[in-house]
Amino acid sequence: MTEITLSINGEEVSLDKEMTILEAASKLGVEIPTLCHDPRLKPYGACRVCLVEVEGARAPLPACATNAADGMVVKTDTEEIHRLRKTVVELIISDHPLDCVTCEKCGNCALQDLAYKYDITESEFKGEKHSLEPQEDDPFIHRDLDKCILCGRCVRICDEVEHAFAIDFNYRGFKTQIGTTYGKSLKDTTCEFCGQCISTCPVGALIEKPRLDKGRLWELENTLTTCPYCGVGCTLELQTNNGEIVNVSAPLDIGVNGGNLCVKGRFGYDFVSSTERLKTPLIKKNGEFQEASWDEAIKLIAGRLSDIKKKHGPDSIAGLASAKCTNEENYIFQKFIRAAIGTNNVDHCARLCHSSTVAGLATAFGSGAMTNSISDFADSKAILIIGSNTSEAHPIIHIEILKAVRFKDAKLIVIDPREIKMSKFADISLHQRPGSDVAVLNGLMNVIIDEGLEDKNFIEERTEHFEALKKNVANYTPEKVEEISGIPADGLRSAARMYATSGASSIVYSMGITQHTTGTDNVLSTANLAMLTGNIGRPGTGVNPLRGQNNVQGACDMGSLPNVYSGYQKTDDESSRNKLEEAWNTDLPTNKGLTVVEVMNGGASGDVKGVYIMGENPMLSDPDVSHVEKALEKLEFLVVQDIFLTETAAFADVVLPSVSFAERDGTFTNTERRVQRIRKAVEPVGNAKEDWKTLCAVSMAMGYEMLYESADEILEEIASVTPSYGGITPDRLGQDGLQWPCPTSDHPGTPILHQEKFTRGLGKFHVVTYRPPAEEPDAEYPLILTTGRLLNQFHTGTMTRKTEGLDEIYPVAHVEISRFDAKKMDIKTGNFVNLETRRGKIKAKALVTDKSRKGVVFMPFHFKEAAANILTNPALDPIAKIPEFKVCALKISKAD
Amino acid sequence: MTKNCDCQSENIDLKPALDIIESYRGKDGSLMPILQDVQSIYGYLPETVLGTVSKETNTPMSRIYGIATFYSQFRLDPVGENLIRVCHGTACHVSGAENITLALETELGVVDGDTTEDKQFTLESVACLGCCSLAPVIMVNEDTHGNLTPDKSKKVVKKYEQREH
Repeated sequence: MTEITLSINGEEVSLDKEMTILEAASKLGVEIPTLCHDPRLKPYGACRVCLVEVEGARAPLPACATNAADGMVVKTDTEEIHRLRKTVVELIISDHPLDCVTCEKCGNCALQDLAYKYDITESEFKGEKHSLEPQEDDPFIHRDLDKCILCGRCVRICDEVEHAFAIDFNYRGFKTQIGTTYGKSLKDTTCEFCGQCISTCPVGALIEKPRLDKGRLWELENTLTTCPYCGVGCTLELQTNNGEIVNVSAPLDIGVNGGNLCVKGRFGYDFVSSTERLKTPLIKKNGEFQEASWDEAIKLIAGRLSDIKKKHGPDSIAGLASAKCTNEENYIFQKFIRAAIGTNNVDHCARLCHSSTVAGLATAFGSGAMTNSISDFADSKAILIIGSNTSEAHPIIHIEILKAVRFKDAKLIVIDPREIKMSKFADISLHQRPGSDVAVLNGLMNVIIDEGLEDKNFIEERTEHFEALKKNVANYTPEKVEEISGIPADGLRSAARMYATSGASSIVYSMGITQHTTGTDNVLSTANLAMLTGNIGRPGTGVNPLRGQNNVQGACDMGSLPNVYSGYQKTDDESSRNKLEEAWNTDLPTNKGLTVVEVMNGGASGDVKGVYIMGENPMLSDPDVSHVEKALEKLEFLVVQDIFLTETAAFADVVLPSVSFAERDGTFTNTERRVQRIRKAVEPVGNAKEDWKTLCAVSMAMGYEMLYESADEILEEIASVTPSYGGITPDRLGQDGLQWPCPTSDHPGTPILHQEKFTRGLGKFHVVTYRPPAEEPDAEYPLILTTGRLLNQFHTGTMTRKTEGLDEIYPVAHVEISRFDAKKMDIKTGNFVNLETRRGKIKAKALVTDKSRKGVVFMPFHFKEAAANILTNPALDPIAKIPEFKVCALKISKAD
Repeated sequence: MTKNCDCQSENIDLKPALDIIESYRGKDGSLMPILQDVQSIYGYLPETVLGTVSKETNTPMSRIYGIATFYSQFRLDPVGENLIRVCHGTACHVSGAENITLALETELGVVDGDTTEDKQFTLESVACLGCCSLAPVIMVNEDTHGNLTPDKSKKVVKKYEQREH
C-alpha cells in the first residue's frame, strides 16, 4: 500500500501498511482505552469505549474497528469523547459487582482502570443486577458471570484463535450470558482448556482456578521462561509467590505463541511442587532404596562405572540423555559419556520420535530439521499435514495453521489414518491405511508429474537424481495407490493438484511419518515431494517436522546421538574428532555407538553392563516394555537422574534427584531451531541439583576434569565447538532467542533453511519404494493398533499426571475403536476390553468414536496402568533404528 | 436458566432431520430455516437433532445453541399438549398481562416458559399476538381468549384441562 499520513491529536503519523486508528495511535504512544479489543482477535467494535472523533464523520467512530485513512484528522480525548466514554463505563458498572477489594483481577482489570480514569465510584444508572452463581465445577477455569461485561472476547478467542467453539452468547437482552451448550460443564463440550479465554478476559469473570486465593497480582514475582512440554517452545511467565508457582501467563508480544498457550503450558505446573519429587540421592541396598548423601552417591557411581569400564571396556557402558533437559545439560552429558567414559554409546528418545527425520532430511537436504518457521505458516497458500495430530500434540502450531486456513484462505490437506480435529477443517481430508505413506506420497508425485505440475526450473537448478525419481513414481498410479492405501484415486489427484499449484505449499508432519520401519523412507518421500514442486527455501513452504519434546531438537543438536557431536559433526569424521579431542583435552572413541533400542538389546544380551540415564523413562516410552524391563533388570549398574522416582528409576542402583525446568537456567531449542532461554523461578526442592552439576561431579570423581561456573559458561563452550551455534552466545539470546544456523556473532539467525542452496549443495531425490509395515493384520490379529498423544497428557505422564486438573480431564487410558468394529464385537463406550498383540496383553476402557476408522484402533501411551507400549512392535527402521510405534497387529476382546 | 439435556433423545428418529438438512445442502445461511423446519417436524429442537445439524452443516454446537436460545420462536423442550401464549405486547402490558401470567403460573404450578409435570400445559409469554383491542389476551393452542382478568384466565385454562379428562 502507498504510504498514508494522518493526524492524531495534532500530531502526524505516517503508515506504510493498513492499520486501524487504534494501532496508528499506539505508534504515536497515544493510548485509547478498550474493553472488547485484543490484538489476537479481529476488530469487533462492541464496547464503544474506544470512540474517537474523526473530522468529517457524522458520529464518533470506534478506533479499534476503523481503518486509518490518508488525511484523517483524529481527536482521541475531547470533552465530548470523555463524556461518552464515561457514560459507557457507568452503564457497564451499573451491573458489575464492585467487590474489587477481594476480586482476583484487582490490579489488572481493564474496567477498574477505566473507572479510576473516569472517577466512577458508583453508577448513576440504577437498574436490575445479575445475580448468578459462580461456576466452580470445571477444571482450571473459574467462571463468575456476574462480573462478565459481555465484551465477547472469550467467545471470539475460543473461535478465532483456539478454533474450539466451546462457548457462545446464549439467550437475549438482559438474560444474555456467555455459556456452553445446555449449560454443560466445560468438560462435556469442545473446550480444550487452553485458558485463552482467561487470558483475554478484561475483568474478573474468568480466572485461573488454581491461582484463587494464592496472592494479589502485585505480590507475585514474574519470571520469563520457556515451556517444558512440547517442541513448540512457547514463551511463558511463571508467577511465583513465596517460592511457589501460583500461576502461568504468556506475554502478548513475545515468543512464538504471542500470548497463547495450551492446557499443559498454562496449567500443567503442579508437578514442580509435587510431594513425590525426589529430594535426595537414593542408593539401593538389599533391594530397598535408602537415602544417601551426594558424596556417597557420587563416589559409588564413579567407582562402579570405573570398575565396569576397566573390566569390560568403555563400550559396555551406555548413556541415555534427555530431550527434557537443557542444551547445556545434553552437551555436558554427551561430553561426559564420550570423554569421561570413552564411548559413543549415547542416545536419547529422539531415536523414538524423529531419528528418521534427522537421517532422512540430512541425506536429502543436508540438514535434518524443520526448514521453515512457525510464523511462516501465515505465508502458506496450501498446507499438507500428513501424520501429525497437530491440535493435540502441537497445540500452538495448530492455532497458527488454522488461522492461515480460516482467515487467510490457505488450503488445507490432511492425510491421517484417523478423523482428527484438523481433518474437519481440511479442504481435502484423506485417510490412509497406517504404514502406507510411501505409496501415498509417491502417488501424489505420480499425479504431479503426469499432469506436468512439477517445478522444472527448480528441479534443473537445485536438485539431482530427478530421472530416477520420475521412473520410480511412474509405478504409483492413483489406482494402485488406492489399492495399497485405501485413499480414493480421485481424492489423491485433487490433493496433488492443490499442493502442487498453490504457489507456496508447506508439508507438516510428525510421528505418523517417522515412527515406522519405513520412517526414513517416509521422510525422504516428503523431501522428494517438496523438491519436485519447488516448495522449499521460500516463505510459506518447506518440509516441517514438528518435534515432540521441548528440547528434542536441542538434545540432537548437542550430539546426544551415537554418531555425531554437537552440530551434527560426525564422530567418524577425523577433523571433527580432532577438533573436539583438542577442545576436550582427551582421546575420543572412533567407533559408532549404540542407539536406544540397541542399548536395551545389549542390556538383555549382557553386552551392556552399565547404563546412565538422565531424565528418560524407557519403561513407558520404549516399544515392547517387557523387553526393556528384562534388560534393566539384567544390568550390573544403573544410574537414573530424574525429578521423580519413575518406572525406570525403580530399577536403578542409584537415583539422583534433579531439578525441574522452573528451578534452573539454560536454553531449550524449539522445533523451528530457535534457541531460547529458560530462567530459574523457584529454588530446587530438597537437595536436588541441576543435571550438569551432577554430571560434572561424577566426571571429576572419575578423573576427567569438567568444571563450569554456570549454564552460560557451558553455552559459550558449545558456541566455540559447534559451527551452527557459533554465534549463539548468552549475551545475544534476549527475549526472542536465535534460530540456528547462526555461525557468527553478527549473524541474525536463520528462519528459513535452504534459501539459495541446500545445506548439502544440491537437493537429492531418492528412489523410495513402498514396503508394507513389519506386522500386518491377519486372521489371528485382525486389527491395526496405532499409538499417539492426547492434548491433556504428555509423554509418559511423569509431569502431567501429577497435575490434578489435567488428570481430571482425561484420567484413564481409553482405547479408541470405530463404530463399525465396536458393533461387530458388541463393545460399548466404557466397556473394558483386552488388547493383545504378539508382545503382550493389557486391559483398557473402550471409547467408541468416529475418530477411529474401520479396522484401526488408537491408544495413547501416557498411562502406566494400561501401557500401550507393552503392545507395540520394536521392529526397527533399518537406517534410523526408530521402532514402529504406529502400526502393529492387534486383537481385541470384551473383558467383562 | 439452563435447559436440561433431553433424555428422550435416544429414541428420536433422525431421518426427517437429515432430509431437512439435505434439502438445504450447499445453501449458505440456511441454519435458521433448518432449525425452523426441525421444530415444525419435532415440535421442538431435540438435543440429538441439534447434534446432527451441527455435524452435517459443520456449525459448532455452541453457535446453534446460542441461536436457539436467542430467538423466542425456538423451543428446547417438548411442548405440552396445550400451549398457552400470554400476550405481553404494549396494550396487554398496560391492561395487566403481568398479573395474567402470575395467575397462570400459580394455577399451573410452573414458571413462565415451562411445561407442567403432567405435560398438559406449556406456559409462555409472547411479544404481541396482534389483537390489541381484546387486551389482555391469551391464546391456548389456536383459540384466542380476550378481555381477561386473572380469574377469568384461570377458568379458561381449566376448560382445556377438563376437556382432556
